[in-house]
Amino acid sequence: MSATSTTSMRHSPLLAAYAALVFAFIYLPIVVLVVYSFNRDGVGGFPPRHFTFEWYRQLFADSAIWDSVLNSLIVAAGAVALSLTLGLLAALALDRADFPGKSFFRRLVLLPLILPGIITGLSLLLFAVRISLDLSLITIFLGHGTALISVATTELFAGLQKIDRRQEEASLDLGATPWRTFWLVTLPNLKLSLIAAALLIFTLSMDEIAVTFFLYGREYTLPLEIWGRLRRGITPEINAISTLILVVSIILITVWYHLRTRSERS
Amino acid sequence: MYSRTYKLLISLPPILWVALFLLLPYLLMFLHSFWTVRDGVILHHWNFENYATLFKNPLYVQVLLRTVRIAAGVTLLSVLLGYPLAYFLSFHAGPRKEFLYQLVIVPLWVSYLVRGYAWKTILGSDGVLNGALQYLHITQGPVSALLYSPFAVVLMLTHIYTPFVFLPIYASLEHIPRTLIEASQDLGASPRKTFVRVILPLSLPGLLAGATFAFVLSLGDFLAPLLVGGSSGTMIANLVQSLFGAAYDWPLGAAISVFILIITLALLALTQRVEKRWSFE
Repeated sequence: MSATSTTSMRHSPLLAAYAALVFAFIYLPIVVLVVYSFNRDGVGGFPPRHFTFEWYRQLFADSAIWDSVLNSLIVAAGAVALSLTLGLLAALALDRADFPGKSFFRRLVLLPLILPGIITGLSLLLFAVRISLDLSLITIFLGHGTALISVATTELFAGLQKIDRRQEEASLDLGATPWRTFWLVTLPNLKLSLIAAALLIFTLSMDEIAVTFFLYGREYTLPLEIWGRLRRGITPEINAISTLILVVSIILITVWYHLRTRSERS
Repeated sequence: MYSRTYKLLISLPPILWVALFLLLPYLLMFLHSFWTVRDGVILHHWNFENYATLFKNPLYVQVLLRTVRIAAGVTLLSVLLGYPLAYFLSFHAGPRKEFLYQLVIVPLWVSYLVRGYAWKTILGSDGVLNGALQYLHITQGPVSALLYSPFAVVLMLTHIYTPFVFLPIYASLEHIPRTLIEASQDLGASPRKTFVRVILPLSLPGLLAGATFAFVLSLGDFLAPLLVGGSSGTMIANLVQSLFGAAYDWPLGAAISVFILIITLALLALTQRVEKRWSFE
């Protein structure tokens, strides 16, 4: 749609240079992080001199880190299941049901997305204390799962707007039960949106720290483990694990982005 | 076309869950803010003391003002970086547009903690920046003022929120009908005039949405100050965190949280109203 517009705008080298600088600002810290994960002399010092895999070797032998990775995977898997289920229902409800307080419900669901994490985290802490729920991976899972319903609802509501409603009508008219129609028509139509939302929620949960900060018990998630080490000082091992996190999240986000554009086109 | 039972089945579970695990916790926070703590026990004595303390205690007022300054700084810088970037991508990027767009959104989802840590290694007194400055003989010894300062907090948060600010601005620029711009040019307006009179006003809703987002999330951030702020970079959410931790005054902490929550909601409501009025169509 913009093929003609670009020709009518004059080329501006100054603006291009400025945009390049902004890109440099966005990517510089990430590049530095990755480069120094291979630097024998550790973090800091300039220029980085001797290439090594030593920090990765140490990282792979560090069982505390991998325990926390496992905890994060468990929490993230649970959070995806919980928020996707409730988010799907919430999206369906917002799309097709009318009930009192609907717009209040919509705002409430989205609140964790726009509020600073500390407020949601502390509110959930107060709630856990009130119902005498011990802090553990379960409280973290409940926190992530509940806060991320916001993301699931937004993504799936957008997906619902795009699917062809007549297919469901046809299914119901031909005598299929609503239950059967849901499994055989609605869900398959939403498949791409569901996978995209799941990837996004998984990534966000693996990385979450602001809410998690107030809900953890004895077991750490990966961000908490990294946080704990940062307080004790900087080691290149953190650069190494950060680089791995970076690679994994870039892969997941790229897949998410392609799924999303594909579902937009279809 | 959907039956009553179907509607009930899809709406009841999320409503109940959200009421129990979201509304109730937020309400509990609200209730706590009117209570009081004595000898380590929370008493249900209803009062406004906590809110009064927030505005009477000079330490809190000082931190609050600093927080607003930092959040405003982050917002301004993110807009100054994000707007031209969005403008460039929307109007000048040509066939590389899609690729560059992806290049902006990828860091958006890269771990907050990882990016904060990266700045820590760059700004530290034996960090990468100091190393580079000495290597190039720009400074003799390490400059220690970089890390653990409000400046470091602003830098880190700007880095995190620039892509967030970019997104809505880019979306609003993409929605401007190109015919309007051509009309402005055909009628003899200079590029500058076209920008000021056509493009800028039409992109204001996006600009406003991005700026609000950056401001609100910076306002409630407590991790950046802990990571790179030091004691001179303490922000309001750090007070909340310590009141819920070592200081053990949950009611006062709750009052400050509610205050942050109210500012957030008020700002969002305000910008939504303004956006509606300004938006094109």
